[in-house]
Amino acid sequence: MAWIEARGLRKVYGSTVALDGIDLSVPEGRILGVIGPNGAGKTTLLNVLLGLTSYDGEVDVLGCNPWTERDQLMRDVCFITDVAVLPRWIRVSQLLAYVAGVHPRFDRAKAEKFLAKTTIGHGSKVRELSKGMVTQLHLAIVMAIGARLLVLDEPTLGLDILYAKQFYDSLLNDYFDGGRTIVLATHQVQEVQHVLTDLIFIDRGRVVLEQSTEAIESRYLEVKVRPEQAAAARALHPLHEREVLGGSVFVFDGVDRTRLSALGDVRTTSIADLYVAVMEHE
Amino acid sequence: MSEISWARRFYWSLRRELWEVPAIYVVPLAAAALVLVGFLVSAIRSPAQLLAPAQLSVQMDLPYTFAIGLIMVSTYVVAIFYSLDALYGERRDRSILFWKSLPVSDVTTVIAKVTVPLVIAPLITFAVTVATLVLMMLMGRAVLAVTGVNTLRLGTQPPFFRTSELLVYHLFAVHALWWAPFFGWLFLISAWARRAPFVWAAVPVFVLSIVERIAFNTSYFAGMLESRLNFSPEAIVARGKMPIDPMTQMTPGIFVTSPGLWIGLVIAVAFVGAAVRLRRYRGPI
Repeated sequence: MAWIEARGLRKVYGSTVALDGIDLSVPEGRILGVIGPNGAGKTTLLNVLLGLTSYDGEVDVLGCNPWTERDQLMRDVCFITDVAVLPRWIRVSQLLAYVAGVHPRFDRAKAEKFLAKTTIGHGSKVRELSKGMVTQLHLAIVMAIGARLLVLDEPTLGLDILYAKQFYDSLLNDYFDGGRTIVLATHQVQEVQHVLTDLIFIDRGRVVLEQSTEAIESRYLEVKVRPEQAAAARALHPLHEREVLGGSVFVFDGVDRTRLSALGDVRTTSIADLYVAVMEHE
Repeated sequence: MSEISWARRFYWSLRRELWEVPAIYVVPLAAAALVLVGFLVSAIRSPAQLLAPAQLSVQMDLPYTFAIGLIMVSTYVVAIFYSLDALYGERRDRSILFWKSLPVSDVTTVIAKVTVPLVIAPLITFAVTVATLVLMMLMGRAVLAVTGVNTLRLGTQPPFFRTSELLVYHLFAVHALWWAPFFGWLFLISAWARRAPFVWAAVPVFVLSIVERIAFNTSYFAGMLESRLNFSPEAIVARGKMPIDPMTQMTPGIFVTSPGLWIGLVIAVAFVGAAVRLRRYRGPI
């Protein structure tokens, strides 16, 4: 059975439809990227899965109803939403003691080991740490809990590239294995494209594309075409066309690679380019 | 994966509160320090006042009464501000997202927070007050010994055990049980308000009183609040004004059977229950 199962998920705030009938099924061992423009409903979707928002429709996360069984669900789920949600007044040592006190999965030695690799001192208060260090601290806690499901909402927003890269490296090397699942919402697509196994694009509360990254690589191709061949390229019904220096780049959905190679250099579409193609096509 | 008992989650939730708001014990300790310094200075300047004759016992007790009053008031000022901020502050600084990412239910969290004004505040007031009274008595004796005054004439110390007994009863009967609906109200507003919880807590009270005054030319609501804020008449039969006067009679039998107590507790539970429910719906502001 899938770890996350949503059927006809809807969420309306006043007259705004944030989620408009989402179906989702995420099995174990996946890293799912939820990608979409600002206001597409990414955060609302994640908040529903975490029991932070009420909703209409059916949602099951690890056998729990997230809205009514949040505290039980949180034994098996960790989340980092936004960078700065650790209480600013708390000391690092207090934070570790508290999480050890309430969380059955927390392995304090593991958190200490992770923190030893950073410059974070145990006596420091969170307010004295830089944004990057707060993220490292939060990550240390998440690592040491080792939850089955990890949900991240823009976890590296506002961090410099170095910290952001370290963050994803740690996730892949020290946390992720086939027995865990990560759901990750971001609009910094380039940062995560090598991390994901699956992705969904959402726009205005609806899923517009849902694919594994493997399938995307074989299905979507882009070709840089010189101006004299542009007409021939358009005849193959490209998904998207963009002007570049000395020609156009066409993105094709499910067109055979050998047919395309006659037009020019064929490459796999990056997720960022695919995202633009799909969103503008919509 | 070992199970974690409810008691342990509650214990750590409560410790968390005390880490966040050390003022709940720092402020009464500071008040006690202030009282002790003042008492010592005044005792050294005129040791004779420590030897007032028995018939002036009311005056004699004045520094002790003042000490108890100051410590109590300072603790409860902190407790009131704490209660108003308890479920508001975590939304304002967004840390609610972190607390909700841990396997601690809203009920456990709110109960831990309510424990601070209803149990921790009386215990702290009691401990600090008793320690202060003991120190004051020791200081008084020391000053008399140094100045060579015969301490055998020292007849009118406050009856210590009687005072402690009255104090603990007063703290729990009045400040915890009788005042519970006030604290419940503060928690409800703290969970509900999107800004300025202090204003939201006060405004409806004034509006209701004024509307009643204008519409019916009565003041039952204001009168009810006033009698609730004053020390419960059912809990004690006070001779003097201060409830810790040694002549005060405790009447726990009347107190626990008075409808006022139980109505108040039902209202308090309803307010706190609503606060728990609101916390589930509430996110960062």
